[in-house]
Amino acid sequence: MRWALDNLGLLGQLTIAHARLAIVPVAVALLLALPLGALAHRVPPLRGTLLGLAGLLYTIPSLALFVLLPPMLGIPYLSDLNVIIALTLYALALLVRTVTEALESVPPDAVASARAIGYNGTSIFLAVQLPLAGPVLLAGLRVATVSTVSMVTVGALIGVSSLGSLFTDGLQRRIVPEVLTGVVLTALLALLLDVLLQLAGRVLMPWLRAERAVATA
Amino acid sequence: MIEFEGVTKRYSSASGAAVDDFSLVVPRGTTTVLVGSSGCGKTTLLRMVNRMVDPTRGRVLLDGEDVAGRDPVALRRSVGYVMQNSGLLPHRTAAQNVAVVPRLAGRDRAAARSRSLELLELVGLDPELADRYPAQLSGGQQQRVGVARGLAAEGDVLLMDEPFGAVDPVVRGELQHELLRIQRELSRTILFITHDVEEAFLLGEEVVILSRGGHVEQRGTPADVLAAPANEFVAAFVGAHRRDRRLRVDERDGVRLVVDGRDRPLGVLTDEAP
Ligand SMILES: Nc1ncnc2c1ncn2[C@@H]1O[C@H](COP(=O)(O)OP(=O)(O)OP(=O)(O)O)[C@@H](O)[C@H]1O
Ligand SMILES: [Mg+2]
Repeated sequence: MRWALDNLGLLGQLTIAHARLAIVPVAVALLLALPLGALAHRVPPLRGTLLGLAGLLYTIPSLALFVLLPPMLGIPYLSDLNVIIALTLYALALLVRTVTEALESVPPDAVASARAIGYNGTSIFLAVQLPLAGPVLLAGLRVATVSTVSMVTVGALIGVSSLGSLFTDGLQRRIVPEVLTGVVLTALLALLLDVLLQLAGRVLMPWLRAERAVATA
Repeated sequence: MIEFEGVTKRYSSASGAAVDDFSLVVPRGTTTVLVGSSGCGKTTLLRMVNRMVDPTRGRVLLDGEDVAGRDPVALRRSVGYVMQNSGLLPHRTAAQNVAVVPRLAGRDRAAARSRSLELLELVGLDPELADRYPAQLSGGQQQRVGVARGLAAEGDVLLMDEPFGAVDPVVRGELQHELLRIQRELSRTILFITHDVEEAFLLGEEVVILSRGGHVEQRGTPADVLAAPANEFVAAFVGAHRRDRRLRVDERDGVRLVVDGRDRPLGVLTDEAP
């Protein structure tokens, strides 16, 4: 506690850096996963291939990716970009499956009736399929967010600053409170982002509360 | 007016025809009911009107114009469509579900909302329910919203695919009579599908009895069909031989009682016009 209070400025900086290194990859991955998941959903022969590749991608150890990416992409090892790209790939691997399954969870009746009353392809996707895929999408997004927050810490091993730096630094200098602070703050950050996602879900999907109230009545 | 001209639909080259050489005219402002058992091609026929399905051969005309030449999305926006289980969008309130149709037709938000409330009132939905989500409505209420949404289309054609198939008999009766009332008011051109003969006879000015492959066994007014079933299939289907359809008059103390084949009294015969 003492140690944390003496280093508030540093902790603030590292928390913000950490949040950025987690949020950017998840957001970018979601934007990429939407068209890929839609493709896997629309073209059944591609489903297996796309989801298989995604699964394979996820099995590459993160440290290996941090080391392999820079020479492949011509970026420096010690850069935020290195971590952001690697974590985007992991989040993408999770979210392509999420988006595919979320679209599959949409009741076909709702899609058919939207088509029957004159929604075109794009508006069916944006105004019907996407919102109705919302609950499954949100669940997957929460998993991806929490796991990305925890993976950011690995970046500290190659020297990219985040709350993970408190682990590496604390270990080297044998400051146990520093390591503990890092653990607690990482968990709190994950929790905070998770709560924010749940709140966003409530605001964006008001019909779910109505449905749940009926289901439990 | 809806016209089918020698329409055939094959879903794949290997399978038989779901609908084979079907022709029919639905005159403007009237209700025609297609009735037949499951899989005989009713939904296929209905969906060829708004191009959810395109015919393999033959033409479908709306007011004399081949629908094949119309943009499918624009066509669907102008043709009302009501389906079983209401087909409401679960993430939109009752009022929004109806308002979607004028919105897609380019009306502004306020105009769409007021049109929606007007239609919900027309179909007899309690105004307090307008801002509920479908999950918060009973099956019968959902179906009323479905009908209101079908009526929101600006064209006069209304396609109804077993709209009352999933509600209990009492509510179904209510909905059928509401539809008759609305139709007296609006005179839409309605193509209605059911596998319930009673419903067909109640709602249809003309009924078309179908067998597999969209084959027309008989068409005519309900009275025609019941009076002179074209063949055994029709007779069996409409239950012409059923005891509750064989009515006779039983005189008692000078009163002419109508009784069915099981001697159950159904009513009294009078000479007064209704
Ligand atoms: N999209 C489709 N692809 C392939 N076959 C289809 C398709 N839709 C319908 N069929 C087939 O065409 C035939 C007619 O189906 P249709 O849905 O028109 O029947 P229906 O009279 O509406 O039946 P129900 O009363 O069960 O709704 C059936 O044999 C059905 O299996
Ligand atoms: Mg059908």
